[in-house]
Amino acid sequence: MFDAIAVQGIKKRFDEVQALDGISFNVKKGELFGFLGPNGAGKTTTINVLTGLARPDAGKVVIDGIDCTRRPKAAQHLVGVVPDESNLYPELSGFGNLCFCAALYGMPSKERKRRAQRLLADFGLDKAADRKFATYSKGMKRKLTIAAGIIHRPEILFLDEPTTGIDVASARQLRQLISDLHQSGTTIFLTTHYIEEAERLCDRIAFIVSGRIVKTDSVARLLQPLRGRHVLEITCTGITAKIERALSVEFPGLDFSIGKQSIVRVEAGEEIRVGPLVRFLEEAGTEVAEARKVKPSLEEVFIKVTGIEAEAMEKEKERKGRKE
Amino acid sequence: MKDWRAYFAILAKDMKTYYLKPPNISWGIIFPLVWTGMFFIRSGSGLGSIPNLLPGVISVAILFGTTSMLAVNITFEKKNRSFERLLLAPIPFELLMLAKTGGAILFGTANAFVPVIIAAFIVDLSGIAWAAFVPGIILIAMSSTFLGLFIAVAVSEVFEAQTFSNFFRFPMIFLCGLFFPIAKLPVFLKPFSYALPLTYGADILHGAVHGEHALPYLLDFGALTAFCLVLFAASLWNIKRKWIL
Ligand SMILES: Nc1ncnc2c1ncn2[C@@H]1O[C@H](COP(=O)(O)OP(=O)(O)OP(=O)(O)O)[C@@H](O)[C@H]1O
Ligand SMILES: [Mg+2]
Repeated sequence: MFDAIAVQGIKKRFDEVQALDGISFNVKKGELFGFLGPNGAGKTTTINVLTGLARPDAGKVVIDGIDCTRRPKAAQHLVGVVPDESNLYPELSGFGNLCFCAALYGMPSKERKRRAQRLLADFGLDKAADRKFATYSKGMKRKLTIAAGIIHRPEILFLDEPTTGIDVASARQLRQLISDLHQSGTTIFLTTHYIEEAERLCDRIAFIVSGRIVKTDSVARLLQPLRGRHVLEITCTGITAKIERALSVEFPGLDFSIGKQSIVRVEAGEEIRVGPLVRFLEEAGTEVAEARKVKPSLEEVFIKVTGIEAEAMEKEKERKGRKE
Repeated sequence: MKDWRAYFAILAKDMKTYYLKPPNISWGIIFPLVWTGMFFIRSGSGLGSIPNLLPGVISVAILFGTTSMLAVNITFEKKNRSFERLLLAPIPFELLMLAKTGGAILFGTANAFVPVIIAAFIVDLSGIAWAAFVPGIILIAMSSTFLGLFIAVAVSEVFEAQTFSNFFRFPMIFLCGLFFPIAKLPVFLKPFSYALPLTYGADILHGAVHGEHALPYLLDFGALTAFCLVLFAASLWNIKRKWIL
């Protein structure tokens, strides 16, 4: 059986920017594959190259065994795309938009209407079905855009940052929808900058930074090195380098590092006992506000592999999202 | 079959969202009326001169109707990115662009018949050679639509498309022999006349309405067809080059 997507050495340059610098990966049929990376990493460009909206300068794109490198239209009937911005027709109603999109894929008129109604109901948009798309809220627009992307039952679905810029409840709903689609066998290529989202949804993840994939693996395998490792974060004021040195002497089995906002990070290969640490710190003259155990997460792997602070990445994105 | 469903869906959607809007319909009716009135008053001749005015009024109605509509339709959808949906659809690119321009061709043809219908109430039009007249109108509508497409693809803003198309439209009206015979134009302007598609369209209409055409029909139809093919191919090439990044 062919892989749903097989990409070899894709390069793409825009004037001064090398947007993609030799990207290679495979997505198996039925897999939910995540593309995780900061702004400008090349996520959208990758989708554009794979779906025929952009031509690669070099490399090879094979979708479901069909070589699309020179014939970008060859596999478009298998593919659904949900762009990062809703790009449906503002003049048409929700129902009209879905019927139109279905027609673009050659669906007969009766089936179009049935399927549009079904999807509107599934996405909780049936009450707004006859309203113009222009009057929809951001979350509704995003939902309808996703419905339009799957109206022709594509085998492979591309989702470009589906949950960016919408509220928590809608985002959760969308994740559920994506998960259901995955369960029903659709191959999904998802880009996101939410590490938690990637961790929760994806079978495998590729970290992309500056047009390069720095790591690709299953979530379980990515987390493997963190297994059996324990992390404790202690927030305390008045910590100094001298105290840190004293800590290392007093607790030789533990690793200490002081992060921003006077957080002492303690790592060990076994369970860490909190009491003695807190006592020691307070006796050394600091004020402990909080000590909490940190569950090893993909975030740590991401930071380690890419050197990018996850929080910075998400914050920047939120700012951008609000401006739009 | 599947491709044609997409074709008709695009055509129907454009009709509904662009061409059959009240402002466009009234534009399509009022514009030719005003032109007819203007020339009628200017020429100061009797009702009998209406057939002589028809070719000019028809051509101008088609030219403005098609080019301005396409500038809005294509440039607007490119800007709000809904055009990407069409580029993602699994239909041949040529068919997609024929669907996108089909609405404008129909709209232009319909515009052209507004002055004809009005004139039919006033004067006897039985002398018109319909077999040349109707295909002539359709070919003019096609060539102006493809000219509009060519312009719309060359720019990125709606207002640029409007400005740029005026740059073509106004000289075209005066150089194509509709209002001044090309024979009477200064020598250095004549080559420009023959480089414009409307020149050949106007010649067909003159011939069909009052029998005076400067070139053989075969040449007129051939030249218009060639313009259509070249403009359409050039536009497609441009879209592939500029919009598929
Ligand atoms: N049409 C274009 N012209 C010029 N540069 C472009 C174009 N499209 C993308 N780029 C550049 O290519 C790089 C990758 O952009 P891309 O949109 O793929 O990033 P992204 O990972 O999707 O980012 P984001 O998270 O902000 O959506 C960026 O530096 C961007 O400026
Ligand atoms: Mg993007």
